[in-house]
Amino acid sequence: MTALLTRIQNDRNALGLLFLLPTAVLLLLFLTYPLGLGTWLGFTDTKIGRSGEWIGLENFEFLWGDAVTRLALFNTLFYTIVASVIKFVLGLWLAILLNRNIRFKTFFRAVILLPYIVPTALSAIAFWWIYDSQFSIISWALQRMGLIDRYIDFLGDPWNARFSTIAANIWRGVPFVAITLLAGLQTISPSYYEAASLDGASPWQQFRYVTLPLLTPIIAVVMTFSVLFTFTDFQLIYVLTRGGPLNATHLMATLSFQRAIPGGSLGEGAAIATAMVPFLLAAILISYFGLQRRTWQQGSKD
Amino acid sequence: MSQFKRRRFLKTSAGLAAGAAAGPLIWVKDAHAQQWTSTPEKGAKLRVLRWSRFVQGDIDQYMKNVQKFQDKYQIEVRVDSEGWEDVRPKAAVAANTGAGPDIILSTNDDANLYPEKLVDVTDVCNYLGSKYGGFYPVCDPYLKPDGKKWIGVPLGVAGVCMVYRQSAVKAAGFDEFPKDTDGFLKLCKALKEKGTPPGFALGNATGDGNTWCQWLVWAFGGKLVDQNNKVVIDSPETLKSLEYAKELYGTFVPGTLSWLDPNNNKAFLDGQLFLTNNGISIYYAAKNSQDPKVKELAADIYHANMPVGPVGKPTEFQLFFNQMIFRYSKYPKAAKEFLRFMMEPEQMDPWVQSGIGYVTPALRYYEKNPIWTVDPKHTPYRDSMKNMIPSGYAGKMGYASAGALADFIIVNMVAEAASGSKTPKEAAERAQKRAERYYKV
Repeated sequence: MTALLTRIQNDRNALGLLFLLPTAVLLLLFLTYPLGLGTWLGFTDTKIGRSGEWIGLENFEFLWGDAVTRLALFNTLFYTIVASVIKFVLGLWLAILLNRNIRFKTFFRAVILLPYIVPTALSAIAFWWIYDSQFSIISWALQRMGLIDRYIDFLGDPWNARFSTIAANIWRGVPFVAITLLAGLQTISPSYYEAASLDGASPWQQFRYVTLPLLTPIIAVVMTFSVLFTFTDFQLIYVLTRGGPLNATHLMATLSFQRAIPGGSLGEGAAIATAMVPFLLAAILISYFGLQRRTWQQGSKD
Repeated sequence: MSQFKRRRFLKTSAGLAAGAAAGPLIWVKDAHAQQWTSTPEKGAKLRVLRWSRFVQGDIDQYMKNVQKFQDKYQIEVRVDSEGWEDVRPKAAVAANTGAGPDIILSTNDDANLYPEKLVDVTDVCNYLGSKYGGFYPVCDPYLKPDGKKWIGVPLGVAGVCMVYRQSAVKAAGFDEFPKDTDGFLKLCKALKEKGTPPGFALGNATGDGNTWCQWLVWAFGGKLVDQNNKVVIDSPETLKSLEYAKELYGTFVPGTLSWLDPNNNKAFLDGQLFLTNNGISIYYAAKNSQDPKVKELAADIYHANMPVGPVGKPTEFQLFFNQMIFRYSKYPKAAKEFLRFMMEPEQMDPWVQSGIGYVTPALRYYEKNPIWTVDPKHTPYRDSMKNMIPSGYAGKMGYASAGALADFIIVNMVAEAASGSKTPKEAAERAQKRAERYYKV
């Protein structure tokens, strides 16, 4: 017995597997099993309260023909694309500003993170009040200034609601992008900038030829996460509109919840959730292949 | 042989004596009133899951009643509260997995989702019904679906009525609140002209939205399904109701498409809204407010039952509360005793009063409860169960009706037609397609 133990302790492969075991168990239990179960549920007609049987692609066929689901898909893509692009632009701009040696820069860098660390449900409730059709502070202020005569219907008109939720999402998500890009900017050695300016490069040219290429791997990482989180957003929409008005702000995640839990159709909800996976995979692959570190970033031809 | 006769004689005479003694308490003098003779299991322990209180007085008195039960029977009872929307999936999971609370107080169609998992409580219901004037007929589809067996004990409904500012209605030229839909539309138009508009929730509001939208469609004769659960929402009657909704929407305050359940309460108490549908909570909040401006609003707040439409009879939709005992419970007799105890007047009367009439009880006896007359403004809520028709009208309740309600099919249809984003015909057709998915054979 002890001979076996000694052999295991000295065999690198066996030890490796042994060290992996605790993490593997956790991952299997809390990641693989729920994911597998959720995917499997999408192929059944399980309801809350009774188990279901395999019905193959029937859920997906129905969802393809269901106008509300197609609307939710459009909403999700629109929401993700618009919010992610704006978050990237604002985040990059913020990161560049914070990268400079300004006074109180540590304070600003800490404060900028606040929207991200406040629990989403709480900031969503605050936005709910800001967007309220009767009590909005924005409408009140604009009315006092004489710019409008009726309160703005932020969440009652479908397109207004879409843009309002996107604005709330941007407010919440920019810090994540900004701080990560700031970290990336700090890894760029100032000697590159010095060399560029010695060669007579304008600030824009420095940005285009030094900052961006060296930053692309970080951008790939942060935008992958940002797109992932935005695409699967639930809390913000649920608190602000529950998916209304007229399902104009229903994302796949909120529709999946509404169908599965109050509606009782676990199978259908799981199918909607599973339907998100191809889009998420596509986003990850774009970042992975499109924005990786390539030799052209170091100056030579690809 | 003689022993049997003596026992029978003693039992019957004791029963008669008890019946005579209970005479003054019996609402309907019923010589056949059943006697409750059941003893709970020894050493029983009960777990109760109920929906969180909407008014503080509710849970305070409920726990006092629970304490009385514990003291009387030496049975330990643990009561947990969850938001009412969260109780529903928990109840379904408990039914499915066969473990959980012994008694669950839930809502709407729930008992019809898993009737075979529930204990037969016909004895309790027959006893309570015969002693206290009977349950309202609307309880049958909810908890006596086959017409013979009770699968749960009805508790009552969270009554919803029209809530309005008397001064605004008078200024609009109406001495009393209109009783029919024609008058109601005239009132809303007049209110808007006077700058004191109405407003009803058209967002995904599970309480207020479902209540008024279904009332409206049903008032004109529209319905989601017929008796055979065939989807018939796309009908001329529905279209009439949607045309009406469109005219009504023109009188609303802006923003109702985004309204969830709390919005109308907030706007009303702030003096921006003058007519809406709600439970008694707006009045309660106004009466008990610390803000003097809001407090004086209370004198101006009045209630009325929902108007009657062309069908000629009330068609209200109310949030129904049931009490279910699950088969996996180890102490079904103790559970039955608990429910029976809580429904008796010694417990229920004070509970209705502490809840300031938020729940309209399911037994007719409680129409006599003083809460309905101590403030005449409470009286409309007394009739909520008389005026309601069941969820999933006109078909049978089950997964389909529960799913259709949770997916806001009717609310979305009314919102689409009212706001003009779809024509009434298109909105009805879309609702038809969506509902057919749930009711497919």
